[in-house]
Amino acid sequence: MSAITNTSDHGHDSALHHQFEDIGQQNDSYIVGMWVFLSTEVMFFGALFFIYTLYRWNYQLDFYIAHEHLDVKLGAINTSVLLFSSFTMVMAVQSAQLKRRLHVIGYLLTTIVCACTFLVIKYFEYSSKIADHLYPGAGFATDAHAAFGAHAFEAGKLAVNMNHAQLFYALYFGMTGLHAVHIIAGILVILALIRLWVIRAKSVTLDYIPTEMVGLYWHFVDLVWIFLFPLFYLMPKPH
Amino acid sequence: MSSTVIPSGELGQQAEESNYLNVKHTIASWLLTGDHKRIALLYLVSTSFFFFLGSIAAGLIRYELTSPAGVVLESETYNKVFSSHGILMVFTFLVVAIPAIFGNFLVPLMIGARDLAFPRLNLASWYMYMTGGTLILAGMIFGGVDTGWTFYTPYSSMYSNGQVTMVIIGIFIAGFSTITTGINFVVTIHKMRAPGMTWFRLPLFIWAMYATSLMMILATPVVAITLLLVVYERTFKLPVFSPELGGDPVLFQHLFWFYSHPAVYIMILPAFAIVSELIANFSRKRIFGYHFVAFSSLAIAGLGFLVWGHHMFVSSQSMYESIVFSLISYLVAVPSAIKIFNWMATMYKGNIRLQSPMIYAIAFLMIFTVGGLTGLFLGAAGTDIHLTATYFVVAHFHYVMVGGTMLAFLGGLHYWWPKITGRMFSDGIAKVNAVIVFVGFNLTFFPQFIVGWLGMPRRYHYYYFAPEFQAYHIMSTLGATVLGLGFILPAFYLTMSLFTGPKAGPNPWGAHGLEWETSSPPPTSNFTETPIVMDEVYDFDPVSDHAKDLKDIEERNRRRSEEGYCGSEDDN
Amino acid sequence: MSFFNFPLAPPQASNIAQAYDPVFYALVALSVFFTVIVCAGVILFAIRYKAGTKADRSRPMYENLPLELTWTIIPLLLGLVMFYFGTALFVKIKTPPKNCEQIFVIGKQWMWHIQHSNGVRENNTLHVPVGKPVKLTMISQDVLHAFYIPAFRVQMGVVPGRYTELWFTATQAGEYHLFCNMYCGTQHSEMGGKVVAMDPKDYAEWLSNGGQSVAPMSMEQAGAKIYAKVHCDNCHGAEDTLHAPSLYGIYNKRRIFADGTSLLADDEYLRDSIIRPYDHITAGYGETMPVYQGQLTEEDVLNLVAYIKVLGTPIATTPTSIVNRHSAPTAVSPTNESSALAANAVQANTPDPDATPTRRVGSPAVGAVAAEGRNR
Ligand code: HEA
Ligand code: HEA
Ligand code: HEC
Ligand code: CUA
Ligand SMILES: [Cu+2]
Repeated sequence: MSAITNTSDHGHDSALHHQFEDIGQQNDSYIVGMWVFLSTEVMFFGALFFIYTLYRWNYQLDFYIAHEHLDVKLGAINTSVLLFSSFTMVMAVQSAQLKRRLHVIGYLLTTIVCACTFLVIKYFEYSSKIADHLYPGAGFATDAHAAFGAHAFEAGKLAVNMNHAQLFYALYFGMTGLHAVHIIAGILVILALIRLWVIRAKSVTLDYIPTEMVGLYWHFVDLVWIFLFPLFYLMPKPH
Repeated sequence: MSSTVIPSGELGQQAEESNYLNVKHTIASWLLTGDHKRIALLYLVSTSFFFFLGSIAAGLIRYELTSPAGVVLESETYNKVFSSHGILMVFTFLVVAIPAIFGNFLVPLMIGARDLAFPRLNLASWYMYMTGGTLILAGMIFGGVDTGWTFYTPYSSMYSNGQVTMVIIGIFIAGFSTITTGINFVVTIHKMRAPGMTWFRLPLFIWAMYATSLMMILATPVVAITLLLVVYERTFKLPVFSPELGGDPVLFQHLFWFYSHPAVYIMILPAFAIVSELIANFSRKRIFGYHFVAFSSLAIAGLGFLVWGHHMFVSSQSMYESIVFSLISYLVAVPSAIKIFNWMATMYKGNIRLQSPMIYAIAFLMIFTVGGLTGLFLGAAGTDIHLTATYFVVAHFHYVMVGGTMLAFLGGLHYWWPKITGRMFSDGIAKVNAVIVFVGFNLTFFPQFIVGWLGMPRRYHYYYFAPEFQAYHIMSTLGATVLGLGFILPAFYLTMSLFTGPKAGPNPWGAHGLEWETSSPPPTSNFTETPIVMDEVYDFDPVSDHAKDLKDIEERNRRRSEEGYCGSEDDN
Repeated sequence: MSFFNFPLAPPQASNIAQAYDPVFYALVALSVFFTVIVCAGVILFAIRYKAGTKADRSRPMYENLPLELTWTIIPLLLGLVMFYFGTALFVKIKTPPKNCEQIFVIGKQWMWHIQHSNGVRENNTLHVPVGKPVKLTMISQDVLHAFYIPAFRVQMGVVPGRYTELWFTATQAGEYHLFCNMYCGTQHSEMGGKVVAMDPKDYAEWLSNGGQSVAPMSMEQAGAKIYAKVHCDNCHGAEDTLHAPSLYGIYNKRRIFADGTSLLADDEYLRDSIIRPYDHITAGYGETMPVYQGQLTEEDVLNLVAYIKVLGTPIATTPTSIVNRHSAPTAVSPTNESSALAANAVQANTPDPDATPTRRVGSPAVGAVAAEGRNR
C-alpha cells in the first residue's frame, strides 16, 4: 500500500482519481459506495412498503376489491420484461469483465429496450385507470359501477368503502410511480454508461467497476418491482 | 512525541507558500472545487447564514413572549416565526453543521487521506443543500409555513394554507445532501485510511462521525418519503394521512419520529466527536476507555432507531407500545452516561490546559448532563404525560441542542480555526466569550424548565390567562440577549483574526493527530506524502508534559503578534 | 409553594397529581445527584489538574473494566428504577376505574365543546365534581388537539377519527387552567379555558340547573365584585374622606376640579377617572389614586361604571350582559384571569355551542368521523 501515485494527473478521464492511492482502493470505494446508496434506497421504499402493509392489514376487503381492477396480465408481462432486463444486465457486467466492448454495448441497449417496454406498458395501464376515474383525488371513481364492475356490489349496495379504495390507488400510483422514476433514472444512467463505452473511456475499458455499479442499481430497481407486483396485483381473497 | 513516522522530511513543508486557500482565487475555483476543505468552508459560510436567520426568529420569539398578551406579532405571524425558527435551526443548521463543516474538513485529514472518496458528490451535496435552503427560505418569504418543524398531519396536509409544499420540497432536497455526505464519510472511513491507521487507532472524532453517517443514511430517506407523501396528499387531496378519508394521522408521527429521533442523535454525536478530541488534547491524556467511548457511539446509533415512540405518549398509540419505547429510552441514556464519565476520568490526573476550546468542552459537559437528565423526565411515560409539549420539553431540547451541540460547535470552531485559516485568535477574548455563553444560556433556558413544569404549553403566542408565567419569560428573554451577544462576538473576533491574528503554525495547541502534522492551512492534497501511522492518536504523557510547553507556545504567539510573524520556523 | 411572582410548582388538585409529584421529585433528586457529581467533578479536576499545578499525576489510568462497569451499571439500575415508577404511574393514568362520571369532549379549531352525561353543554369550561372519578371521551372534528389540565397532571391527544380517553378524580375545589396543547393552527394558544372543580353537591345542582350554578350576574353585580376585588373600597367609602371622594351618587353630578374647571360625571367621565385619574383631579385631592390603565379590561371598566352608577342604591339583578369570551373582541386582552370572572360566569350559557365557525366548509359531522374511527 505504499505506492505513492502521481497526484498531478488531472486528466479529463484518468482511470484513477487523485484522491485514491491505487485502482484497487478506488474500485472498492465505488462498490462500497453503491451498496451504501442502495441501503438508503431500501429505507426509502421501506417506508412506503410499511405504509402499504399497515393499510392493507386494516382494510383487507376494500383493498381486495380495489385490486381486482388491476390488470394481472399486463403486470405479469412487465415482471417478465424486467426480469429479462436483469438478465441482460448480468450479461453486460460479465462482458465488461471479459472486456468485450461490443457485447457490453449490445446488452446495455437491450436492457434499455426492456426498460422502455416496461414504461410503455405502464403507460397503458395508467391510462386505463385514469379513463376509469381510478386516479386518486377529487373525482375518484365517480361511476363506481364502471370502475369496479359487479364485484363491488352486494345486494345492490356498494360493498367497498370508496375512501379505502382510493387509498389503495393512491398507494398504487405513488409506489409504482416512484418505481417508474427509478426506471427512468436507470435508463439515463445506462445511456451515460453506453456513451463511456462508445468513446472508449479509460474508466470503463480498463475495468468493469462502473458497469457493475450500474448493474447493482438496476437489480435493485428490479427487486423493488418483484415486491410491488405480488403486493398489488396478486392478492388472495380475504375471508 | 509524534504519533506517526514521517516517511521523509517534514510533512507539508513546501506548503508554507501554497495551501488550499491561496492556490487559486477565482470565484469559480471555489464554486467548482472538489477540495473537501474548500467545500467545508462553503458550508461554514452558508450554515452560518441560516443560523443567523434562525437566531433572528429566536430573538423575535423571545421578544414577543415578554408580555402575556404579545408585543408586536399577530398569532399567525408568531406561528410562522417559531416554525421558521425550528425548521431553519434543525434542517438547515444543526443537522448539517458539524458533519458538513468539521467532518468534511477533518475526516480525510485525520485518517491521512487526500480527499473524501467522492469529491464531486461532495460538491453536489453542497449544491443540493443550497437549493434546498433557498427553497425553504423562499417558502418562508412567500407566504411562510405555520406547521411547526414537525409538520403534523392532518394540519400540514389539509388545513394549513402556508407554503408547506415549497418548504417540504426544500427539506427533501436538503435531505439528499445529508445522505450523500453520509455515504461519502462511510466509504472514506472504510476504504481510505492511511496505512497503519487501523480501526482502533482512529481518533474518536472519526468513530462518532461514522455512527452519525450510518444514521444519516438509514433515517433520512424515511423522512424524505414521509414529507413527500404530505405533499402528495396536499396536492391531490389524498387520504394517506387524513382521517376523514380513512387515513391514519398518527401514522405520520411514527414515520416522522422514526427519522427525527435518530436525527437528534445526528445532532449530538458530532458534538461528542468534537468534545472527545478537545478533552483528550487539553487534558494531555489518552482518552479514558477508548473502546467504551467508541462503541457507545455505535450503541447510541443503534438504539436510537428504537425509541421514536417516546415522542408519542399522548398521541393515542397503545399503552404497551409506550411502555416499550419508554424502556428503550432509558437504555439509550446509558451509553451517554458512559461517555460523560469517561470524559471525566480523562481529566482525572490530566495536565489540563484551560484554553478557550477546553472551556467550551467543560461547559458542554455540564449543560449536556442537565439536558440529558431532563430527557429522563420525558422518557418516563408517566411523567411525560404532564410535561409533553410544554416549555419543559423546549428547555430540554435547547439544553441538548444549544448547550450541547452549539457549545461543542463553538469549541471545535475555536480549536480548528488556526488549522482552517492559519491564523490565531486571542484566547483571552474567546475565554470570556465562553463564559458569556454559559451564563446567558442558563439564564435563558433554565427558567423554561420551571415554567414548563408549571404547565406553560409550547407554541403559545398568548398566555394572558396565566400571567403567573410572565416572570420566567422575562428572565428567559434577558438571558437570550446575553446569549445572542455570545453568539455574535465570535463572528467578530474570529473574522478579525484573519487580518490581524498571528500566524498559527502547524500545531498551535501542541495537539496530537494527523491533522496537526500538516501545515496550517493544509496544502490542497493535505499531505505531501501519505503518512504511515504507527500508534494511536492520543499518546500523550501527562506526567512529563510540562506546562512549560504551554507557556512557550503562548509566549511565542504573543511575540509573533507583536512582531507580525512571517518566518517559517519549525513550530513543533 | 410560591413566593412573589415565581411559583415553583403547579397546584396539585387531582388524585393523579398526588401520584405524579413524588415520581417527579424523585427524578429531580436523581438529576440533582448526577448533575452535582458531573459539575463538581469537572470543576474540581479542572482546578486540581490544571497545567502547572503540582498535582500527583503518577500512574495515569487509561482503561479500567471495573470502573466502566460501575458507571454503566449504576445509571442503568437507577434508570430502571425510575422507569418502573414512571411506568406504574403511566398505567395508573391509563386505566380508568369502572364507576366514572362520563363526559364527552369534542375539539375543533379553536374551541372545546363539552357535553355532560345529562346533556348539559358548555364551551371551553369544564365543570367536574370533586372526589368522583371522571372520564372524558374525546374526539376531534378537524386536526389534532390535546386536552391538558396542568393542575391535574393529565393530558391526552384529541385525534380526528378515533376516541381517546382521559380520567382523573379532582381532589380540590377551585378553578384551573385548561389548555389545548397540540399545535392546531392560528389560534392554538387561545383554545383553552378552565376547569371548575366543584363540591359534588354543587355539581349535581349545577347539572340539574342546566349548567348554571348561580344566576347569571348583572353588570352591576359584576362591577361590585371587581370593586371589592381590586379594593376600590379601601379609599372610596360612603362618605368623602381625606383619602378620596365618595363615589355614592356622583353619576350625572357636576364635579369641580383642582384647576377650577368642571365636568358632568357621565359614563365617559367615570371611565376616564378610572383609567386615567390624573386628567381631572377632584378639588381637594392629590395624585394618589392608582392609574388603572392596562390593569383592568374594558369589560371590567364597563362593569365598574355600571356599579358606580347605582352606588348607594340596591343592585338590580336582571342580567344585562352576556359576554362570551370568544365573541368578545380580542383586541383588548384581559391581563389577569380573575378579572375575566364575570365574563366566564355566564359563558356556560352560550346558546349555540357551534357558534365558532370552523375554517373548513363541509368537514364531516362529528358522528361521521367517529364512525370512521370505530370502523378500524
Ligand atoms: C441533540 C438533541 C437531543 C438529544 C441528545 C436528546 C436526548 C434525549 N432525549 Fe430528547 N428531544 C430533542 C433533542 C434531543 N434529545 C428534541 C429536539 C425534542 C423535541 C422535539 C419536538 O417535539 O419538537 C426532544 C424531545 C424528547 C422527548 C419527547 C418529549 C415530548 O414531546 O413529550 C423525550 C421523551 O422521552 C426525550 C428524551 C430524551 C432522552 C431520554 C435523551 C437521552 O439520550 C439523554 C441521555 C443523557 C443523559 C441521561 C445524561 C448523561 C447521563 C448521566 C449523567 C448519568 C445518569 C444517567 C442515568 C441515571 C440513566 N426527548
Ligand atoms: C439548533 C437548534 C436551535 C437553536 C440554536 C435555538 C436557539 C434558540 N431558541 Fe429555539 N427552537 C428550536 C431549535 C433551536 N433553537 C426548535 C427545533 C424549536 C421548536 C420549533 C417548533 O415548535 O416547531 C425551537 C423553539 C423555540 C422556542 C419555543 C417557541 C414556542 O414553542 O412557542 C423558544 C422560546 O423561547 C426558543 C428560543 C430560542 C432561543 C432564545 C435561542 C437562542 O439560543 C438564540 C440566541 C440568539 C439570539 C437571541 C439572536 C440574537 C439577536 C438578534 C440576531 C436580533 C434579534 C432581533 C429582534 C429581536 C428583532 N426556541
Ligand atoms: C389609593 C386610593 C384610591 C384607590 C385604591 C382608588 N381611588 Fe379612585 N380616587 C382616589 C382619589 C384620591 C381621587 C380624587 C383625585 C382624582 O380625581 O384623581 C379618586 C377619584 C376617583 C373618581 C373620580 C371621582 C370624582 O371625584 O369625580 C372615580 C370615578 C374613582 N376614583 C373610581 C375608582 C375606582 C373604580 C377604583 C377601583 C378600581 C378606585 N377609584 C380606586 C383614590 C383612590
Ligand atoms: Cu387545539 Cu391546539
Ligand atoms: Cu426523541
